[in-house]
Amino acid sequence: MTSTGSAGTTAGVAEDGLDVSRVRRDFPFLRARINDHPVVYLDSAATAQRPRAVVEAESDFALLEYANVHRGVHTLSQRATARYDQARERVRRFVGAAAASEVVFTAGTTAAINLVARSHARPLLRPGDEILLTEMEHHSNIVPWQIVAQEAGAVIRVIPVTDAGELDLDQAAHLIGSRTRVVAVAHVSNVLGTVNPIPVIAELAHSVGAVLLVDGAQAVPHRRVDVQALGCDFYAASAHKMYGPNGIGFLWGRRELLEAMPPWQGGGGMIEVVSFDQTTFAPPPARFEAGTPPITQAIGLAAAVEYLEALGWEAIERHEATLLAEATRRLAEIPGVRLIGNSADRVGVVSFVVDGIHPHDVGTVLDLGGVAVRASHHCAQPLMRRFGVTGTVRASFGVYNTLEELDALVAGLHEARRVFGG
Amino acid sequence: MTTPSELYQGVILDHNRAPRNFRPMPEATGHGEGYNPLCGDQLSVWLRQDGEQITDVSFQGSGCAISKAAASLMTTVVKGKTRAEASAIFDSYHRMVTGRGGPADDLPPKLAIFAGVREFPARVKCATLAWHALKAAMDEGGGAPGR
Repeated sequence: MTSTGSAGTTAGVAEDGLDVSRVRRDFPFLRARINDHPVVYLDSAATAQRPRAVVEAESDFALLEYANVHRGVHTLSQRATARYDQARERVRRFVGAAAASEVVFTAGTTAAINLVARSHARPLLRPGDEILLTEMEHHSNIVPWQIVAQEAGAVIRVIPVTDAGELDLDQAAHLIGSRTRVVAVAHVSNVLGTVNPIPVIAELAHSVGAVLLVDGAQAVPHRRVDVQALGCDFYAASAHKMYGPNGIGFLWGRRELLEAMPPWQGGGGMIEVVSFDQTTFAPPPARFEAGTPPITQAIGLAAAVEYLEALGWEAIERHEATLLAEATRRLAEIPGVRLIGNSADRVGVVSFVVDGIHPHDVGTVLDLGGVAVRASHHCAQPLMRRFGVTGTVRASFGVYNTLEELDALVAGLHEARRVFGG
Repeated sequence: MTTPSELYQGVILDHNRAPRNFRPMPEATGHGEGYNPLCGDQLSVWLRQDGEQITDVSFQGSGCAISKAAASLMTTVVKGKTRAEASAIFDSYHRMVTGRGGPADDLPPKLAIFAGVREFPARVKCATLAWHALKAAMDEGGGAPGR
């Protein structure tokens, strides 16, 4: 099969460099049928499907090598510890961290943000201090800050979003000031796909002595992340958005910041010496990993990193850019479809509304045709209000999606318009 | 296999486009709020009671076709009923949309068009949101979320 024009193909090595038919063979899930139709999974921004390599890495470890870490003198425990440490090293390289000790395994992005809000921000916040967020944040990068702000009497400020779905950086420059302690911003919007200019925001934050936390949940499956180049101070992400297991994520933090942070949960594994009078806490990252960590999931996360890197970032980016361009073009052709946001720098996420049809109803009609999209407020209610909608339909693309699958999406939208008399 | 047209029957589409009793009620004796945290949809239900009897009922809000049509049809069905009758209809309706038994004899026939909802567990909340708000309004517990 060959391709014409700039569009990639599904069979053989597409000209964008990603052999999608081979990729698809790595994901047995894609052979499923939903409502008598082949599944068309356009909800990777909610959670990505896992390739066989990730699940097998987890199951091999669980079936053959499993033991607790940092506990036993026995061989199995030592091996498990080594694998767990290797997983951390994998993540270190994945984000370009200076040292593996700067990588803390957490339950996910939400837990990582809560950890920073609780252990970094809360102790230093004074009444009247400010936390700067953006209008496009996911609730998980809003609520943890609200909680600590309320406790400390601090104030939340919000960088507005333009009609194009980009951060208003002029406003940001006015909103940031000497009272700003923390700036927390998504690397990539889960609704709009917008890639935010993190280095610019980092410079802004650092000019007033604030730290910058980046919510990287939606960026890690799409772009190579280099925390040094981004210039941020904390970076949080989840494995399940990047073809890895759920139940694990990570926080990268600058060493001096992590070292200054008190623990947020107490328990085994995060201590040096415990007596009833006093406990000495372990240095990071162990300080923030109380209890038995998600060991099997860490092995799976490492396998997901390997899988992504083997595909190659350039190939991934090109493939997703092709899908995004084609989806944007075809959706815009459908009468009554209004696309939300059109930032120049975007990953494979498209949000839209259909005139006169509630997103939920669009989602149900698409589902009946085997097409899985998200239809809701996407845990970003402030952004929904910004664009004057209660929710949107969101199609999000991963490495396994094809141009042919867009046919099913477009057909489903025509069907929805027919059913609703559009 | 359900087709879109089987779920979205003409009556549902009609009530979605032109919801009945879609207005606030300043003289209401009871008011309830339904909120669906999944989609952010919310609606208000008002009613007037004369003793045990519901003499008027109305709603307003935003929602999908299922939730709007369910609210609209609800208002047409419970008007004139007693509180006990309205509660009994809700119980019967709830059993139907959750797939725990077919439409009972006491279910007003026009509500049977929501039987297809049982195939869509994610949409049960849409079909019952207004009813939960009605219950709150009858209990005069305005503000109770429609869970």
